[in-house]
Order: sequence, then C-alpha cells, then structure tokens
Amino acid sequence: MKTVEPFVSTTNACKMCTPLGAAMAFKGLEGCVPFLHGSQGCATYMRRYIISHFREPMDIASSSLGEKDAVYGGKANLMQGLLNVIGKYKAPAVGIATTCLTETIGDDVPTILHEFKKECLADLNGEMPALIHCSTPSYGGSHMEGFHAAVRSMVAQLADPKTAKHRGINLFSGFVSPEDIRHLQDVFAHFGLPATLLPDYSETLDGPALEDYQNIPGGGTPLDAVRAMPGADASIEFGRTIKPERSAGAVLRDTYGVPLHSLGLPIGLRESDALFTTLETLAGCSAPRRYALERGQLLDAMVDGHKYVAGKKAIIYGEEDLVVGLTSFLSEIGIKPVLVASGGESGLLAEAVAAVTEEFPGDPPLVRDGVDFYQIVAEAEALEPDLIVGNSKGYRELARARNIPLIRVGFPIHDRFGSQRVLHLGYRGALNLYDLIVNALIEKKQEDSSVGYGYI
Amino acid sequence: MEPVIFEERKTQIHRKGAEPFSISCNKSSLAGAVSQRACVFCGSRVVLYPIADALHLVHGPIGCAVYTWDIRGALSSGPELHRLSFSTDLREKDVIFGGEKKLYQALVELIDRHQPNAAFVYSTCIVGIIGDDLKAVCKKVQAEKGIPVIPVQSEGFKGNKREGYLAACEAMFQLVGTGDTSDISPLSVNILGDFNLAGEIWIIQDYLKRMGVDVVANITGDGRVADVRRAHGAALNLVQCSGATMDLAKMLKEKYGIPFIRVSYFGIEDMSDALYDVAKFFEDKDPGIMTRTQELVREELMALYPKLQTFRKDLEGKKAAIYVGGAFKAFSLIKSFRHLGMNVVMVGSQTGTEEDYQELAEITDEGTIIVDDTNPLELSAFIKEKDVDIFVGGVKERPIAFKLGVGFCDHNHERKEALEGFLGMYNFAREVHATVTSPVWNFTPRRRKSPIAAGSPGEVCAS
Repeated sequence: MKTVEPFVSTTNACKMCTPLGAAMAFKGLEGCVPFLHGSQGCATYMRRYIISHFREPMDIASSSLGEKDAVYGGKANLMQGLLNVIGKYKAPAVGIATTCLTETIGDDVPTILHEFKKECLADLNGEMPALIHCSTPSYGGSHMEGFHAAVRSMVAQLADPKTAKHRGINLFSGFVSPEDIRHLQDVFAHFGLPATLLPDYSETLDGPALEDYQNIPGGGTPLDAVRAMPGADASIEFGRTIKPERSAGAVLRDTYGVPLHSLGLPIGLRESDALFTTLETLAGCSAPRRYALERGQLLDAMVDGHKYVAGKKAIIYGEEDLVVGLTSFLSEIGIKPVLVASGGESGLLAEAVAAVTEEFPGDPPLVRDGVDFYQIVAEAEALEPDLIVGNSKGYRELARARNIPLIRVGFPIHDRFGSQRVLHLGYRGALNLYDLIVNALIEKKQEDSSVGYGYI
Repeated sequence: MEPVIFEERKTQIHRKGAEPFSISCNKSSLAGAVSQRACVFCGSRVVLYPIADALHLVHGPIGCAVYTWDIRGALSSGPELHRLSFSTDLREKDVIFGGEKKLYQALVELIDRHQPNAAFVYSTCIVGIIGDDLKAVCKKVQAEKGIPVIPVQSEGFKGNKREGYLAACEAMFQLVGTGDTSDISPLSVNILGDFNLAGEIWIIQDYLKRMGVDVVANITGDGRVADVRRAHGAALNLVQCSGATMDLAKMLKEKYGIPFIRVSYFGIEDMSDALYDVAKFFEDKDPGIMTRTQELVREELMALYPKLQTFRKDLEGKKAAIYVGGAFKAFSLIKSFRHLGMNVVMVGSQTGTEEDYQELAEITDEGTIIVDDTNPLELSAFIKEKDVDIFVGGVKERPIAFKLGVGFCDHNHERKEALEGFLGMYNFAREVHATVTSPVWNFTPRRRKSPIAAGSPGEVCAS
C-alpha cells in the first residue's frame, strides 16, 4: 500500500490548539470563567469556534496583551484582567490558561497568581475566588493536551488532602458531548454510585431558555466536589491514549492513593461492557435491568442491521481517544475501518487501535497520527471508503468530494443542528450511532438508485 | 444595569440626548472584559483571504490557521485555493530554534503543489517574539519561484483589527502597479471592501455593468492576483467597509492619483447613492450614464417596494439593536430599519472612529445607546433595558440575543444570504421578518412563565 510521505506544511488541520481544550474543560467547573493569558484574538477565535458548535454563549476572558506587554511581560494585564473578570462576573472560579505568546515571553503565571492573591485580596473584599492555572502553549500539542492539562490542574490545585473518605467515584470522562455527560450521570445514579464527573459542561454548554441572561451559566462540577476527590472510593478515567503524566486520575492515585480504573471511551459494545462491569464491581451489585435491556437492544439492532453495513469500509478521524472508540465499535458491527487518523500525537494511537481490533480477522486498519486532512484525503484515494466518521471538518474534501456519507460525531460539528445532543457513549450511545450509520448507508443506496425504493 | 459597565469603559458608551456627544474609541480592549474583538492577524486574514488564486500561509502554531479555515462565505467564480487552511504548525523546537527553515520549506512545498499566482505569509504572535525574518524568507522564495511572495506583518498583539487591515493593505499595495493597464476602459472602477459573501459582489458588478462601468479589481471578494496587480489602472475606487480597505484607497490616491468615494451597498438609500455617485463621477465622459442609472434604480425599486410593504405591516414600531464590526455598516442598517418602520435603540461597533460615532449620534433618535468595543455583559444589559425585538450582529452575539428571547439577524461574514444591493434589502427584510414574527417568542420564559415547577432536585418527584 502506498504510504504518504510527511509534509513540512499543514493543510486543513485535524486538530485544534491547546488553549481551546483548556477553555472547554474549565467551562465544566461550576462558576468558572475561562481566562486566556495572551492576546485578544485567541479568546475571540475560540469563542466563535465553540459557539458555532454548541449555539450557546461561551465567554472566555483575555488578558488582551499589547505590544508593550509582550516586551515587558504580561503581569499587569493578567492582574488587571483577573480583577475585572472577578468583579463583573462575580466568578467563584477562574481557569487561567496560557497561550503561545505568554509562554514564549516567559510569564511565570503561578508566581503572578501568588502575588495577585496577596496584593488584591483587599480589592476583592477579602473574597478570593479559586484560581486554577495550566500551561498550554499551542505549540505544545493539540486541544486534547490542553483539555487534559486543565482537568489535571483542577484536580491537582483544588484537591483537599484533608477530605474524609467517602463512597463517591471520580469520573474523568474526557472531551465528550453534553448528552454523553447526562447519560453517564444517569448511569451512575442508577447504579447508586455518587459520582463527581469532571468536567461537567452538560448544562453550561447546553443550557435552558431562562428568564434572564446568565453571566455565568448554571451547572458545572461543584468546586467542593472537586476538592473532595481525594476521599473518593475510586476514579474512572476514559481514554486509552492519555499518558500517565497527563492523567488527572493518576494525580489522585499517586498522591492520595485513590484507585484508578483506566478505560477506553465507552463507545460500542465491548468498551461499554468494560465500563458497566467496572461499575458492577464498584457498586457491588449487578447492573440495573434497564442496562441489560439496552445492551440486548443494541445486540438485537446489530443483528437486524448487519447486512446493511457488512463489508463497508470507513475512514475515521478526530481526537485519538474518540477514534479508538469508534474503531472498536465499527469493527464490532462488521464495518471495516480502513484508516484511523488523528491530528493528535500521543504516540499511543497505534497500540490502542490494535488492542480494540485484534480479535477480528483481516488486515488491521491503517493508523495515522499527527496527520492533517490533506494527508487523510490523499490516503483515501486508494482506500475507496464507503463512509466517513468524524467531525464536520472532513465534509467538503473527504465526504462530499467522494459523494459518500459523513457521520458527524465529536467536535466540532459546524454544519448540523443539535451537536451538543449527539449521544456517543454506553449501549444507548452505540445504538444511536448505529442508527445514524445504517440510515446513512440506506439513504445513500436509496438516493443512488433510479427505482425509488419504498422498502429497503 | 450600571454595575455591568466597567469604570474604564464608561467613556466608550454614549447615550444620545443625555449629554453632549463624546465617546472615546480605538483603544486597546480592556483586559478581562471579554471583548468581542479579535486581533491584528484576524484583520489581515479577513481582508486578504478572498483572493482566491493566492496561497495564504499562516506562519505560527496551528490555532490561528484552524480558526480561520473557510469560516467565511467569500465565494469565488474560479479557483478556490483560499478555502484551504495552510499553516507552518510551529512546534516547541521551532519556537526554540526559529521557524525560518520550516517556513521556507513549507512555502516551497505549497507553491510547488498548488501553483498559486502569489503567496501571502501571515505573521502571528509567536513569530513576532521569536523574531523570524519573514521578509528575508519571502524574498528568497519569491526569487526562486518567480511569483510574488508577500509578508503580512500581522502579529496578533500589535494592536487590534485595524492594524491588521493596514498590514493587509500594505501587502496588497506591493502587488498594485505590476500589471498591464493598457486595455482598461476609461469608465472603470475597483471595488474595495467587498468580500463577495454569498455572491454579493456579483450583484454589484451586475449593476455597474448595466450602467456601462467596468470593474478592474475586486478587492478582495472573488479577487485575483492579476486584477490587484493592475488596480492602478482604474479611474475610480469605490470603498465600502470603513476600516478594512480605506488605507489601500489612500495609497492608490497618493501614488496613482485615483480618487475614491465611500459607498455602502446595504439598504435602499445607500445602494442608490453609491450608483448615483458613480454615475456623477463618469457623467462628463458618458453623458447617458445618469439616465441609465436612474432607470436601473427605478426598475429595482419598483420590484422591491411592494414586497417591503408586506413585511413592514408586521414590523412597524419594533425595536432593533445593532452591533457590528465596522461602523459604516451600522449607518446603512439604521436606514434600512426605518424602511421597515423599526427604530434602532442601540448601535455599536468593534472598530469605529470618533467621526463614525459622531455621525451615528446625528442620525439616531434621542436615547439611543452608542457603544464602542462592547462585551457580553453590556450587550445583555442594553438589550434588556431597551427591550429590543431584534439584534443584528455576528456569531458571538447570536447566543446573547437568543438567551434573552430576542430575534437575531446574522449580519456577519459567515452569512449565506446576500444582504447587499436591492436584492439584499429584500433578503434582509425577509430575515428580519422571519425572526421577529416567529411564534417561539410567545413561549420564551420572559414572555410566558413555564407551567411546570423549577424541578425537584432528586431523581423522583417530590411529593
């Protein structure tokens, strides 16, 4: 098979920048205003990008550095910006992420924050909000590195070592949809397990219509719940490509001895089974009947639909953890993942894909990490896929150009409605994905046929 | 509502009638205020990007290129190289050792692959700090590849969007004067500051054609490098979009003596005035042009007016708020709303000048709020205070309006409906009507309380 040589330039990137991931994660902490230490444009661009997916307000404050600040340091702007945002938003927490500008000029954010806490306490009438910071230069990885850095920072900086033991479970669910978060919360509730899910932007980025504008939208993981994480019974962390040094669960395990269950994103049958059996163990009981039923319904659908999907070839792209889960699921239903691609570069993708595909016969899928859409499109030529699974950024060059369906999952989805309500996780999420995939293939067959079939 | 306004921003807000006109503007955004503005890079990128046969390479880490990938609806009638997102995707080692070599290699690679007619290389924050010599690399590649390779000095932190516009104009001016102008008609114009969103520049070109006027260069909607090269051959520059391309018009006037007029293609008066101004300018060269223009405007208006009246019946007396990038667009919007019987009660822009705001104050009613570089907190407070029926703005403003249960018109660069010209006025009225008269506002919580309780905290109904 022809392999594509690496290029120097990047065309149509299959990733976003580090601070975007951090801003997303901070948005999932209750009352937290994400704050980018850098020039104004970063915050504005990311707001626009996130708003277009969620159709929700996404305020990201900025220290708005100018030319002088770039030369003399951004300390004054950071402190002034914090005072302003805390004052006007009455924010109980601010999540500060750096950008390439402030990392390169060498601003020492922890020290600046330390001084801020001392010098500005009086300005804030003695009430200092929680200030969480993380280092996220955009040349330091993709948005997923930023996301994990922010989650890890929240845990490391807020966790209270004096917390009493409790029977709660910490759940680090990764970069999933608000619908996924709501489903996970239901699952834990039905198991009778009190869970602290971080970050929880299920309400902050999918809020109700209310009588008044919320400067800070309701919802989010309560600060006190994050503080109490060291006392939990266990942590569960989703993502087969999270390195230990980026893992929030590892902080709690290594510092406070909280047992960590590292699972893949629960997409499809086997990865969901792994979650549900873990929950059975932690809860000390069998799964509630509704999940046994959902699992059965999923299997029933997989049987009913298997001929529609049999032998179809798919290209899957997106964040590494997401594509591993999707690859696992597509392999289970009889679709052949021919290319699994990501802009991420954890170095763990190939191994993770192998782990979820090894039980199936035939050639393993081609795995490409650190690639852009130019490379994915080039690979697609020879692979002749029948469908594409990924975010909306592959639409024009990959799906439309080949006249094949794109199943929109993950982030961003900028060309469809209801992106925040796409369910990917658990048996029910698998059923949802299955319906989307089968119907897309049926529709394609129906549209391409001159007959106008009314039964397929 | 007072508490939402930052002390430092009070001078950037004016209430007409309450005090003599005074507003400060063109300031750096206040740290921590969640400005709706972007950066220098954004300014340059939006102005140059519609040049469809040029390579647009963003030299920096990946974000700047990702967030500007095909986000705007600038259409091209031919090549579509501008719809791809090119980046040097700088990594840590590039930041430490410098990115010049990578830039050189990326440029060569992309020029070989796409054979563009020119390349623009955008500088980002990080490049300004690590000190890559963009000019030297561009010069070297230009010599090797035989196409113009133009650095755009758009480091994000070096000001606001306005500086970005200037950098873009300076970049384009390097192309101007290098093309053959011998076959250009004496009745010719350049269209500046139109980005061909939803095909708008084609509407304007059609009007000009019907008047007998040729277009030399579109700057930059549906733009081509070769056209920009011979832009100095046009007899007149039409400048829309107050901030973005005025600098280029001034350069063209200074060096080539080409006069310019400011125009707007939004709304009935401004669209007609733009065409009449062009006709007046060419009247001595072509005495029939004024009659042709009058006929054109009459024809268009006869078709448009009856349609507007049907919308107006439902919209009479409704209140509108406007927040746009450039102030010039706001003038046209105020007039357009008047045609629909609506009142503008708040108007603002990201980058207006003092003169712009002065003029806004003159054409608006008593009590209208005029605001420079605002933010979500202020906007939501103004919308509530004025109890508006519709808000006109961009993507970042939309959720603010919707969360407050207020209609919204997308007057931004992502729009898919043409809003320019007489056709655009119809589309605008239709969109305003569609959103203002939607039944959903009957049910939003501000208008009708929910019949069900706020929710029991538990999983089951609390008895």
